[in-house]
Amino acid sequence: MTEAMDDDLVLDGNAVAGTLAEIYGDDMTTVLAQCASCGKVDHVGGLLAFIHAPGIVLRCTACATVMIRIVQTPKGTFVDVRGKRIPAPPKS
Amino acid sequence: MPDRFVTRGFVGRREPAGSAQTGRIPPGQHLVKDFPVLSAGPTPRTPLGSWSFKIEGLVKEPASWSWADFQKLPAQDFVRDISCVTKWTKLDTRWRGVSVDVLLEQVELDRRAGFVTAFSDGGYTTNVPLPELINGQAFVAYEYDGKPLAPEHGGPARLVVPHLYFWKSAKWVRGLRVMERDEPGFWESLGYNNHGDPWKEQRYTGD
Repeated sequence: MTEAMDDDLVLDGNAVAGTLAEIYGDDMTTVLAQCASCGKVDHVGGLLAFIHAPGIVLRCTACATVMIRIVQTPKGTFVDVRGKRIPAPPKS
Repeated sequence: MPDRFVTRGFVGRREPAGSAQTGRIPPGQHLVKDFPVLSAGPTPRTPLGSWSFKIEGLVKEPASWSWADFQKLPAQDFVRDISCVTKWTKLDTRWRGVSVDVLLEQVELDRRAGFVTAFSDGGYTTNVPLPELINGQAFVAYEYDGKPLAPEHGGPARLVVPHLYFWKSAKWVRGLRVMERDEPGFWESLGYNNHGDPWKEQRYTGD
């Protein structure tokens, strides 16, 4: 984690479970997501969530890089997942 | 007898003192007395010793100020109304800082300069046309209400562009990049209006 996680405003991805389910049609909080910057893998529900903002921002717990951004407007929902990768399945 | 029932009638309620305010609240906004904190990421806490402010891009020579140098620039007090796209408006906010005009005096702009991207600690960016940052329209503030600007409100220094929605007033600002072409910033690239004029309710893309 980066410094300044004493922020009062930081939640985790579970706080936006409803919005994610609305967009993807399913519970996303248990889905694994990999940070495109540092490679850290987390459940979406475990990511750092900033919701007191013009949109929702989910960040990596290790390096705070933006992984998912969501903006809901009267004209539709905008989603940016460029900071998130799908982790490779474990080798068996 | 009928006197008892005489009222001033429905001719408009007398406004309490000071509420010429109504004409200062942009459409769709409501007034707040507190100062809401909005943030898209963790609050950076850059030590002042490693803080700098830069002007780069389409300038003859980039400029950079340390915190100590920045404090030596001519500062002004600004009292401005601010409006956030999340629909709150706060009147008469009191700031102290350096006008963008003063900062731009220190560089020679390329004739192609047309747009500015403000960039911040933590990676936040926002874009403003150059003509909307000059002539007293924008400043870099380091005091709010007579005190050093608190980190949650963007301290040590934030850009303030009061005539646009407050997401344009980048917290933790570290510099201005002067550009020929407009480049949508953090929110402008994801559904928010590229310009953001509260009086025209330019909230979202296409407004």
